[in-house]
Amino acid sequence: MPQYAALTYTPDVDWSAPEQAEEMADYGRFGTEHAEHIRGGQVLFPTTTATVVRVRGGRGGEVVTSDGPYAETKEVLSGFYLLEATDLDEAVKLAAEIPAAWNGAVEVRPVIPL
Amino acid sequence: MSATRADVERQLADVVRIEGGRILAVLAASTRDLQLAEDAVQDASVAAIEVWTRTGIPSNPTGWLYVAARRKAIDVIRRESTRDQREAASGTTLREPDREVPAESVIRDDVLRLVFTCCHPSLALDARVALALRTLCGLSTAEVARALLVSEPTMAKRLVRTKQKIARAAIPYHIPDGRELGARLAGVHAVVHLVYTSGHHAAGDEVVRVDLCEEAVRLARLLVDLVPSEAGSEALLALLLLTDARRPARLADDGSLVPLEDQDRRRWHRAAVDEGVALLRRSLDRSDGVADPYQLQAAIAACHSTAPSFAATDWREIVRLYGILADVHPNPIVDLNAAVALAEVDGPAAALDALDRVDASARSHLWQAGRGEMLLRLGRGVDAAEVFSAALADAPTDAERRHLRTRLDAARAAPAPES
Repeated sequence: MPQYAALTYTPDVDWSAPEQAEEMADYGRFGTEHAEHIRGGQVLFPTTTATVVRVRGGRGGEVVTSDGPYAETKEVLSGFYLLEATDLDEAVKLAAEIPAAWNGAVEVRPVIPL
Repeated sequence: MSATRADVERQLADVVRIEGGRILAVLAASTRDLQLAEDAVQDASVAAIEVWTRTGIPSNPTGWLYVAARRKAIDVIRRESTRDQREAASGTTLREPDREVPAESVIRDDVLRLVFTCCHPSLALDARVALALRTLCGLSTAEVARALLVSEPTMAKRLVRTKQKIARAAIPYHIPDGRELGARLAGVHAVVHLVYTSGHHAAGDEVVRVDLCEEAVRLARLLVDLVPSEAGSEALLALLLLTDARRPARLADDGSLVPLEDQDRRRWHRAAVDEGVALLRRSLDRSDGVADPYQLQAAIAACHSTAPSFAATDWREIVRLYGILADVHPNPIVDLNAAVALAEVDGPAAALDALDRVDASARSHLWQAGRGEMLLRLGRGVDAAEVFSAALADAPTDAERRHLRTRLDAARAAPAPES
């Protein structure tokens, strides 16, 4: 069965903070209700905690880190699920149940089977 | 009995074009691999030319083509061992021993599945249009490219990417059920309508073009046939027929666009008008008086197409319908057309006012041309000439430019105002 990454794009908030508890409970409900389709997933700390890594000149070159070239965007990548679904229509139905889709967006991308 | 090569090729081309799409649909549904199905149908067609040139055209060419294409598909699946997953997915259909064409009902369902796959909302609209022309209408990549005004390599790439997305994202080959069907059908209607308008606006170009208008009518007819009792599909087909009926009078012998007012109504396609009106009536009965945009546009087209002359047209009804259309489907192009129609009810000054309120996004050469007509009717020849010049500079087709040049001359020849 095909697998899809459902990438959540939401406001750049701290999902571990108590203020997000209510919405996190919605995610919890999604997790329980659709457990049979969920093969994995994580929530991410806000982009202020991100480190961007590049190796100048390719492998073995100088490691350059930065706090990220983030433009001020309303929605950022905030987490992901790995979903299993029979086809894209089912994956889209599942994605529509993820709270991020209600006030942000969920990008559904097929996973390369390896 | 030996058929000449030209005969065979012509007849084969017909069979491939009409039946190829159906065969493609059956193979795509059973292999879930559009590219594979397309290659198989293509290979089978080449084989058919070879064999039929020697043996003559078989009694059941469709069946011959189907069996050959199916064998090609099985060969490819067997050859590519990495495709074991797909072979499992392709199910039993392909492994059954050779047999004749599947039952008509099976083919019809598979064609409808393919319609929904090609018009899936997760595909870009221009990709859906291109794919529909390639797979559902059976046009070659070169023909699709020409029809949609892009180069052949660009179109080939776009088609490959689109088929790749269908395969990789596992866009299903299935007919949406109940609640979803309406919304998904609306998406299909948008594709068919865009195919038509692409053809309509291109009319009169000197380049030899595939007849997209005809293809769109064919697709709309297919939808009415495959999903009966759908008010939306009937309204769409009605709209296309009622618009297309006027096509024979749209271009003058010199290739210039003939405005509605000057069209020879005897050249309109009577049978298409009658069919369109009947379909519209059926569609309206079905939807219980709640009009959707296609019904309203079809009703407007019906007013024009059934009027004995430009003057005897029911302009009040047309303006009323535009009013409802603007409510249910606000759109600056609708405002533009409504403003022009208003001239026949409230006069050119009111129409000019309405035109000046049209949103900037719809201020195309058509908008300029409309303003030119109103200015000319108001006796403002100098102003009219100015906007006709602007329209002429922006008009995309030769037919329109020819027409606008005549209007520009008329504006220049108009007598200067007395005061």
